[in-house]
Amino acid sequence: MEKQVILNKKHFELTLKRLCYQLIESHNDFSETVLIGLQPRGINVVGRLKVLLEEILGHEIICGNLDITFYRDDFRRTEKPLIPSVTNIDFVIENKQVILVDDVLFTGRTIRSGLDALLAFGRPKKVELLTLIDRRFKRDLPIQADYVGETVDTLSSERVSVEWDEIEGEDKVVLYTPEGNE
Amino acid sequence: MNNLSVEHLTGIKDLTKEDIELIFKTADSFKEVINRPIKKVPSLRDITIANLFFENSTRTRLSFELAEKRLSADVVNFSASSSSVKKGETLIDTVNNILAMKVDMVVMRHPNPGAAKFLSERVKTKVINAGDGTHEHPTQALLDAYSMREKLGDLTGKKVVIVGDILHSRVALSNIYCLQKLGAEVMVCGPTTLIPKHIGELGVLVEHNLRKALEWCDVANMLRIQLERQDLKYFPSLREYTMLFGLDKEMLDSLSKEIIVMHPGPINRGVEISSDVADSKQSIILQQVENGVAIRMAVIYLLASKIGR
Repeated sequence: MEKQVILNKKHFELTLKRLCYQLIESHNDFSETVLIGLQPRGINVVGRLKVLLEEILGHEIICGNLDITFYRDDFRRTEKPLIPSVTNIDFVIENKQVILVDDVLFTGRTIRSGLDALLAFGRPKKVELLTLIDRRFKRDLPIQADYVGETVDTLSSERVSVEWDEIEGEDKVVLYTPEGNE
Repeated sequence: MNNLSVEHLTGIKDLTKEDIELIFKTADSFKEVINRPIKKVPSLRDITIANLFFENSTRTRLSFELAEKRLSADVVNFSASSSSVKKGETLIDTVNNILAMKVDMVVMRHPNPGAAKFLSERVKTKVINAGDGTHEHPTQALLDAYSMREKLGDLTGKKVVIVGDILHSRVALSNIYCLQKLGAEVMVCGPTTLIPKHIGELGVLVEHNLRKALEWCDVANMLRIQLERQDLKYFPSLREYTMLFGLDKEMLDSLSKEIIVMHPGPINRGVEISSDVADSKQSIILQQVENGVAIRMAVIYLLASKIGR
């Protein structure tokens, strides 16, 4: 397996900061805006954005976690059952501007499920999508992100892994390429 | 562990501890789902489930039906009182006729012990036992243990007493299997005539004095006196039963510690449990009912994921 670092620790931090300022440009003081991270890995991005945004704006940002397992389109198409993670949205999203957040945007199927899952909590005024990594040209569905950390061109056989200081020990984004496929 | 070890849910006896933990973990998510503004997920929209009730039921049938509908499954209901069973059709024929209409899963309550297992070995569908005679009622035991765990945390070493008609109770047997698999200690308490003779072989304690049993336990599960199954006289009168084995507020308040009171319903108020106990803050009877939907959603979801396309 070939390994290539797409974002190192320094660029990782810069990218998150840039995303924060882009969000503030569109959402001012976040009074009508909430961040919702998609389980399992989108919640790490939200966690980081929350800290940075609160540092810049000086007040609390409302954040939640959304699990999309029961809305996936591949139920009964995999060997193992799809086991859910925790959903934690203890605020009203009705008429709010919602920013869905994930770590990697690939086929767009997770986001499609996320949009369905989100509507079970009410009717938001507007939904936007933020992704740390956009694997462009790999979409199965017509879904695009409004805020992108880094765009990468990849093969379907490759794997993009966003790694976190608190989980893997270092903030970085790595592209894995199977042998003989580079 | 992220797949059930069984193809059907015919009894708790066949489940492993890991299966039970997986069902609980999945039920946690469904409990959150049923508290959302829109209490429904689309997972089972291409699955059809038949609820076959060869014996009366209100709560279990409603609970299963709600669980199925909240998973977006299509549901057909069948009750024996208005069916060809009355005309002499066999169980296998009845079920195969229903399956010919492309049903993917069967939830069945039947008066004969072992009916669910019998069916699961003979028809090509997933079978969930919703109570088979005096044998097992697995989803009730799962929701009971789930409700206890919600209150007490890990059940290892916790003490549970099941009070009442153990002889005729499928809830008692399923509860014993389930609680023991989760590491709890189980005691049964009731009149000698309503305790099966060899129940000690299951590893449960037997006590005939209610006060002693309640002093021992962390949780008391008060079973209903099943008047419809009392073909013989097992005790002289209901009044005497209530005096010896009924739980009232005075008894509850006089115990040296605060215990949790459960009841699988329907309650005979003033017989096995007094009204003020049923409505007290120590009673979690209504939480049991809420958890019942989440547990049944989890069981149906996990079994449905094994249905091939």
